[in-house]
Amino acid sequence: MTSFGRFIRLALGAWALLLLVSMAPASAQQVNPTASSVKEQQLLQELNRIQGRVSIPDQRSGVLEQPQGREWREFRNVTLRWIGGIAILGTIAAIVIFYLTVGMVRLESGRSGRTIVRFNAFERFVHWLTATCFIVLAISGLNITFGRPLLLPLIGFEAFSEWSQWAKYAHNYLSFPFTLGVVLIFLMWIGGNIPNKVDIEWAKRGGGLIGHDHPPAYRFNAGQKMIYWIVVIGGGLVAASGYALMFPFYGTGIEGMQMAQIVHSIVAVLFVAAMIGHIYIGTIGMEGAFEAMGSGEVDVNWAREHHSLWLDEQKARTGPNDGQPQPATAAAE
Amino acid sequence: MARMKFLCDADRCIECNACVTACKNEHEVPWGINRRRVVTINDGKPGERSISMACMHCTDAPCAAVCPVNCFYTTADAVVLHSKDLCIGCGYCFYACPFGAPQYPKVGNFGSRGKMDKCTYCAGGPEADGSKEEYAKYGANRLAEGKLPLCAEMCSTKSLLAGDGEIIAQIYKERVMKRGYGSGAWGWKTAYRETIES
Repeated sequence: MTSFGRFIRLALGAWALLLLVSMAPASAQQVNPTASSVKEQQLLQELNRIQGRVSIPDQRSGVLEQPQGREWREFRNVTLRWIGGIAILGTIAAIVIFYLTVGMVRLESGRSGRTIVRFNAFERFVHWLTATCFIVLAISGLNITFGRPLLLPLIGFEAFSEWSQWAKYAHNYLSFPFTLGVVLIFLMWIGGNIPNKVDIEWAKRGGGLIGHDHPPAYRFNAGQKMIYWIVVIGGGLVAASGYALMFPFYGTGIEGMQMAQIVHSIVAVLFVAAMIGHIYIGTIGMEGAFEAMGSGEVDVNWAREHHSLWLDEQKARTGPNDGQPQPATAAAE
Repeated sequence: MARMKFLCDADRCIECNACVTACKNEHEVPWGINRRRVVTINDGKPGERSISMACMHCTDAPCAAVCPVNCFYTTADAVVLHSKDLCIGCGYCFYACPFGAPQYPKVGNFGSRGKMDKCTYCAGGPEADGSKEEYAKYGANRLAEGKLPLCAEMCSTKSLLAGDGEIIAQIYKERVMKRGYGSGAWGWKTAYRETIES
C-alpha cells in the first residue's frame, strides 16, 4: 500500500514536472527579452555611471562606464589653465607694478645697529624645509598643467618626458617633508596667528606696504597671519588631496580622484600666487625683512616700525634697555 | 582607411571571459593588469547583461587630451596608442577615461604608478611593427599582420565585434532586426558620440 502511494506521488510529481518543462519554452517565447533588459543610456541617466560584477580579482574594474571624465578633462585643460594663469601672472604683474611705482618699503628711521632675535634656528629650519619643498613641488606641479603647451614644444618629447618623470618623483617624495613642515608651522606659530582686534586696525590702515604708515602689530601682523593660514589650510588641502591621488583607490573611487585633482590644482595655483607675494615682501619688497628668516635677527628699528607691540613685549620680558633678548623667549612667543 | 571600433553585443555575451584570456595570453599582459574585462550588470536578476569592455579607441580621446607629456597618438585606422617611453605614469588618463581602460603596474615604493598599459587594439606601439621591443612593451601587433584583435576573433558567441565601425554596425543592425531586440552598442555614445539606431 505504501509503495503504491509512493508510486502515485512520484507519478504525479513527474507529470507535474513534465508539464512545467513543456510549458516553460512556450511561455518564454511570449516574453519580450528586451522588456527587462538594461539600456545603456537609461543607466547612465539614472546613476551617471554603469557598474556591475567582474570575475577578475580587480574589483574596481567593475565600473563599466563613467563619462564624468569629460567634465574633468574640460577643467584640467581649460578652466585650470585660466585660473592658474590669471592667479599667477596677475600676482606677478601686480608685484611688478607695485615695485615700479612704490618700490621697496624702506626702514624710515634707518638701522639702529642693534638686533633682536625674531626666529630661532628651529623655526628657520622648518621655514626653509617647507619653502624649498614648496618651490620644487610648485615647479613640478605647474609642469603637469602648463608644461605640455609651454615647455614641450621648446625641448621636444624625449627631453620633456625625462624631465617630467623626475619632476613626478620629486613631487611625490618631497610631499612628505613638505607635509611635515606644514604641520610644524601650524603647531609652532599658532600662538601668534589667532586674529585679534589689532589686525582690524592694521588692515584698515593698509598695513605696512601702502603709504608710510606703520600700524602697530604683535609678532605677526594681519598680512602675515593671512600667509600663515594660507599655508596651514592650503597646505593641509593640497596634502590631503595629493595623497588621495598618490595612493589611488585608498578610500576614493575614480570620481573621488577627479575631485581630489580639482581641489589639489586650484588650491595649488592660488597657493603659488600667494607665495610669490610672500617671497616678494620677504626679499626685495621690504628693507630688513629677509634677515628675520636669514640670520634670524632683525634690526630693532625694523621691529619698532613693523611689529611695535611685539618689540614692547620682548622688551618687557628682558628689561627695557636690552635690545637683544634671549632666543628662548622669542621662541616661546 | 578604416575607422576601427569595438562593439559588444550584450545580448550574446555569455561572460565566458575568453576575450580576457585571449588578450592576456596574446600580449603576455603582466599579473594584475587587465586590458579587457567582462562586466556583468544585474547579475543573477532579470535583464542580466554582460559586456566585454576595453579601451574603445575614442574619437577625440580624452586620455590623449589630458596627458601632460602628450604620449598618445592616433593611427590611420583611428586606433589610440601611446608611447611607454614618454609616459610618466601620472594617472591623468585614468581620471579622464570613461571606460577605466588605462592600467598601471605597481612599481617602487608605495606601489606608485609605473608606465601606463592599455588595450592597443592588437596594434602594438610606436616601435617597428612586429619588433621584439614592440612586443615587450605593448604585445603582439596583429593589425600589422592583417589580422583583427584576438579578443573579438576568439569570441565564442561572436558577441564581441572588432573591425571597421560601419561594417560592424551593419552586422549588429542585421542581428537586431532578425532577433527583434538589442540593448545597443555599449559605450559608443560616450566613445564615438554616435550610436547605432536599432
